[in-house]
Amino acid sequence: MSAIVKTEFEKAPVEMRNILCAALVEQSKTNPAIVAMDADTLGSSGFKPFRKAFPDRYINCGIQEANMIGVAAGMSAVGKIPFVHSFGPFVSRRVYDQVFLSCAYSKLNVKIIGSDPGVTAAYNGGTHMPFEDMGILRVCPTITLVEPSDPVQLENILPQIIDTYGTVYIRLMRKNPFSVYEQGSTFEIGKAALLRPGKDVTIIASGILVAEALKAAATLANEGIDARVFDSFTWKPIDAAAIAAAASETGAIVTCENHNIIGGLGGAVCEVVCSTNPCPVERVGIPDIFGEVGTEPWLRERFKLTAAEIVEKTRKAVSRK
Amino acid sequence: MLNEKELIRVKAFAAQIRLETLKELAHLGFGHVGGAMSIVETLAVLYDAQMKYDPKDPRWDRRDWYIQSKGHAGPATYAALALKGFFPMSWLNTLNQGGTRLPSHCDRNLTPGIDMTTGSLGQGVSVALGVAAAFKMDGKDNRVYLMVGDGELNEGQVWEGAMFASAKKIDNLIWFVDWNKQQLDGNTKDVCDMGDLKAKFEAFGFNVQVINGHCVKAIDDAIDAAKAVTDKPSVIILETIKGYGCSAAEGVVPNHHIAFKAGQLDGDIARWQSEYDALMAQL
Repeated sequence: MSAIVKTEFEKAPVEMRNILCAALVEQSKTNPAIVAMDADTLGSSGFKPFRKAFPDRYINCGIQEANMIGVAAGMSAVGKIPFVHSFGPFVSRRVYDQVFLSCAYSKLNVKIIGSDPGVTAAYNGGTHMPFEDMGILRVCPTITLVEPSDPVQLENILPQIIDTYGTVYIRLMRKNPFSVYEQGSTFEIGKAALLRPGKDVTIIASGILVAEALKAAATLANEGIDARVFDSFTWKPIDAAAIAAAASETGAIVTCENHNIIGGLGGAVCEVVCSTNPCPVERVGIPDIFGEVGTEPWLRERFKLTAAEIVEKTRKAVSRK
Repeated sequence: MLNEKELIRVKAFAAQIRLETLKELAHLGFGHVGGAMSIVETLAVLYDAQMKYDPKDPRWDRRDWYIQSKGHAGPATYAALALKGFFPMSWLNTLNQGGTRLPSHCDRNLTPGIDMTTGSLGQGVSVALGVAAAFKMDGKDNRVYLMVGDGELNEGQVWEGAMFASAKKIDNLIWFVDWNKQQLDGNTKDVCDMGDLKAKFEAFGFNVQVINGHCVKAIDDAIDAAKAVTDKPSVIILETIKGYGCSAAEGVVPNHHIAFKAGQLDGDIARWQSEYDALMAQL
């Protein structure tokens, strides 16, 4: 695993959904088991090129997420590797029992794409703004939860997702994220990617907060605070070894997530820290409130998902050492 | 279509499933007797006449699948599977005990011959559709049989599945509805009346047959007829009696899950043993 961080973060030229679909089409050329499904979300999932390339391996189920998850589980029982898509709330909180029983408990092999995480749901507003999807799914045994933070990372981990037998939830930004990694970067599911060494404090970020965390670390360096930064794109299994070592070596941790701070990345990190090397932990994220409608930049400010907030919380974590 | 001798053989197998199911429940002292006893004849036809399978290779890739969405009827299915040699008969006395391979609800990872894990009602419908859709996708001729409870039809997921089955022309899956007219809290018409079942499935685009679910000939003929239907899904609505053949349960409301006193099932066990013996004597 080797993550090469860009020096400047600009909006990626290609949407994440297009990266995912192109990578899926490429993999599917040599892997006939891969199938794709939507719940009347083909216009959003980016699966049109897949449907064009493999019309017999694509199913639009209609607006019936529970049935779609079950159909996918059944297909995987006879060797298929289904990728199913809908918006995050509808393939997590709406179908938790189907994911739990038909997929994970049954030891089947379903890849679930939940798009528009947290504030990236923007104009769809609070009803469609999942601040809870990873938290709900995290208490399902055996499931793997990932949130790719940029196109390079997504493309790099897709073959691992295909090869990881079991239920995987991919928390997918659909549109253009800030590009964080140089081509050639490699990642390993289950391992947090070290983006910046540091000895005073550790910032553990995911998704849209990774770029913010790196900006915050640069600001903090000017103040003499040397922050270690991880991209914890795998939320489950969480990289307990990296977190325990960070707690021991830097003595303070800040978590950053586009999600409720209860049950999500911050919660997962706290669980590791408490049972290994207790140290101060500050959590940047959604303080157990519902989403709202607005532009993504407005919502980032509204919910304090910013480099400035990370700087503030990091100063606080360091002061608590 | 089964000849006279084959029909007697299947009837004998049904008597044997009923007998072994009663013994399982008597040994445990309680259980889901109602919905187990109502599907016995269908299990007998499937495992003694209609399905392709290999007890020595439970996951044989050319087998037909049986998915019991009403997962609580496991005890009857376990009796059928044990009698057909999927696992030793002695396992039947371990039902629901810690460490057993035979849990109260069906588990594909624990029990040889159980094709799908079920227990949260409605979910077996969707997974059965997925299995059947995958076989169609690959041009394979495996068939899938799905058992749904009538109370289970309260679940919205069943009707999502019904719509999907019709829209996607899933014709290699035959649905059974165990229409025993009772659910956990009592009569289905009192809990959440589902109205005209036949009309509902017809409106969803199904080929519908309503038959006597305790008549092995009717079940076998209905399966043959359903197999001949292409481009649309088929459902066989089984008119059954919940708890059929268990005097402690039959006619009792509710009888979904009941406890038995020691020796309470002895009379029924003796009855089905003699039914079985009499049928075998005709072969």
